Amino acid sequence: MSESDIRIAGHANPGAPAPATPRNVAHKGGEANPSAAALAARFPGAVLRTDVVWGETTVHIVAARAGELIQWLHDDPSQQYEYLVDVTAVEYRGGGPLEVVWHVRSIGYRRFLRLKAQLDTSKPLVVPSVWPIYKGADWLERECYDMFGIRFDGHPDMRRILMWEQYKEGYPLRKDFPLRGRFSRSEQLTQALSANPEAHYSMGELRIADAFDDLPKEMKVRLGHGEVTGE
Amino acid sequence: MTTRTVEVALSTSGLDARGNPVRTPLVTDAGGNIVPMTAPPAAEPDFGGEHMLINIGPQHPATHGVLRLVLELDGETVVRCVPHVGYLHCGFEKIGEYRQYNQIIPWTDREDYLNSLGNNVAFVLSAERLFGVEITPRCTVLRVIAMELSRIISHLVWVGTTSIDIGAFTPFLWSFQERENVYRLLEAWTGARLTTSGTRVGGMIADIPAGWLDDLKNFVRTFPRTIEEVDAMLTKHAIWVGRTVGLGAMSADEALNHGLSGPMLRASGVAFDVRKDQPYLDYETYDFEVPVGTAGDVYDRYLVRIEELRQSVRILEQAIARLPDGPVNVDDPRLILPPKSKATSEMESMIHHFKLVMEGPRPPIGEAYVPVESPKGEKGYYMVSDGTSKPVRWRIRPPSFVNLSAIPKMVEGHLLSDVIAINASIDIVMGEIDR
Repeated sequence: MSESDIRIAGHANPGAPAPATPRNVAHKGGEANPSAAALAARFPGAVLRTDVVWGETTVHIVAARAGELIQWLHDDPSQQYEYLVDVTAVEYRGGGPLEVVWHVRSIGYRRFLRLKAQLDTSKPLVVPSVWPIYKGADWLERECYDMFGIRFDGHPDMRRILMWEQYKEGYPLRKDFPLRGRFSRSEQLTQALSANPEAHYSMGELRIADAFDDLPKEMKVRLGHGEVTGE
Repeated sequence: MTTRTVEVALSTSGLDARGNPVRTPLVTDAGGNIVPMTAPPAAEPDFGGEHMLINIGPQHPATHGVLRLVLELDGETVVRCVPHVGYLHCGFEKIGEYRQYNQIIPWTDREDYLNSLGNNVAFVLSAERLFGVEITPRCTVLRVIAMELSRIISHLVWVGTTSIDIGAFTPFLWSFQERENVYRLLEAWTGARLTTSGTRVGGMIADIPAGWLDDLKNFVRTFPRTIEEVDAMLTKHAIWVGRTVGLGAMSADEALNHGLSGPMLRASGVAFDVRKDQPYLDYETYDFEVPVGTAGDVYDRYLVRIEELRQSVRILEQAIARLPDGPVNVDDPRLILPPKSKATSEMESMIHHFKLVMEGPRPPIGEAYVPVESPKGEKGYYMVSDGTSKPVRWRIRPPSFVNLSAIPKMVEGHLLSDVIAINASIDIVMGEIDR
């Protein structure tokens, strides 16, 4: 790569005014991100509505079609959303649907867009993964699964990330999860003491290295029974 | 068999088109000739599938906290890397849902603890958007000073610890000495070195004390010398160059696709800086450059961070020159507590104080995400309000978390010893990754 290959932010839209710190931003209304209208025109059935709150554009979309819409935002030369900022979810107090939130950014056009999709909590929580589009979604989606229990369809490695694999208390950021955890202190202590501290590798990791054969015999027997090992 | 011994420390193999020295180190080849170093060989010969499992961390000094890397090695070459995080997870985001906005600020100190004052500012920027508050001109400039001082601390710690990881000890001492000078300034301002909690929604915890600006001017005058010393020590040092060039390279497309941000993204040749491209705190009115690399390797990340230190000094100089007089906090009784002397002597102020502390300010229903350029990358707090005094959701967009997620891509194919250098170059803070 040479100096001529450097990507300058805003290169796709050279005539645009220089960005400035927003002042006196209105609570509701204001100029929407042009990509919202383009998205609604391209996918009339999948875009439900567009909000502008505190100067930030939110496009509400149908959850099942999120992958398709974000793929278009990423690929289309008039959009160029090549950067995924965040994948997260919001659950409101007092019930109601769960919202999955994607923050995407177009470096070329200096645009920022929020996409939101609602999931009914009485049904399985599944949305399409954007990992095939952005590799940066890998850990963000895993964290979202870990904290909310939302499964991302198409993600290659949907495991817990911040909590350990044997964590049984549920999904911590859900509103029905108490601040102190679901289990009592004594139950948490019992579980911690009964965990096997010497088994530090998961079966997957042992297999990749062919190290399974070198393990002590009794450990092999225990792992062979399918006992899930601790981290 | 070729040797990779680095022979000539300060020589270069020529000048590039713009007259700058080419930074390819010189090495001896098989015939004993001195030639420019070529990229290290992609992979060592396959030893018939005898792969070895190596576990680095979580208690390992070179992982900068409690990161665990499980590596599959073929000889000394990394074939696969499986990172494990979460050892420091404390549920910050969950706790934040049970706290008022000002009560969350101490939690922001404790995630990226090398940038605590910068996190405080980033948090209140989002919160103020949610409350619809415009801060005072003096507060704006003070916050710029706060953010740039935090950036200097973070980059100094990075340069110090990374140089130790790679084998240089002296820059660590120099950078930690300067860091102590910054901490002395922060302590005089906020009362704490690390856990500053220096901001409040609508202003700062306090105005700067008398004489503080002179101390800051003194620091700004003397600090560039340390940057130059570190630069002179490392930038052309044979071992440093030999252990950083060509490692963990990410192209611009890969860096964008993996969601890298901050110095990691800019080292890969993407000129994106939130301060320039989505400005906050009037950053568009400051005159500073955004350094960009071309190779995207460990060495370029080092160069970018060193240059950012110089640019932070420039911003600080301009901020000192333009610091206006006037109030620090907004004149808004919904948000700002009355003076303590009044709260203990006047009934109305006492009631006001009590109600504000016990009930907390309530933003209207809405959501806000104001990204800032933290030393690690794009950081932002996404907040959702349902009209009560506590957020429904408080999401930290953690730059080191996303940057670290690309580590398998960066280390695979490199040697085990290079994993340490590549891991160091990401500039991770586990407090921010695990939250």
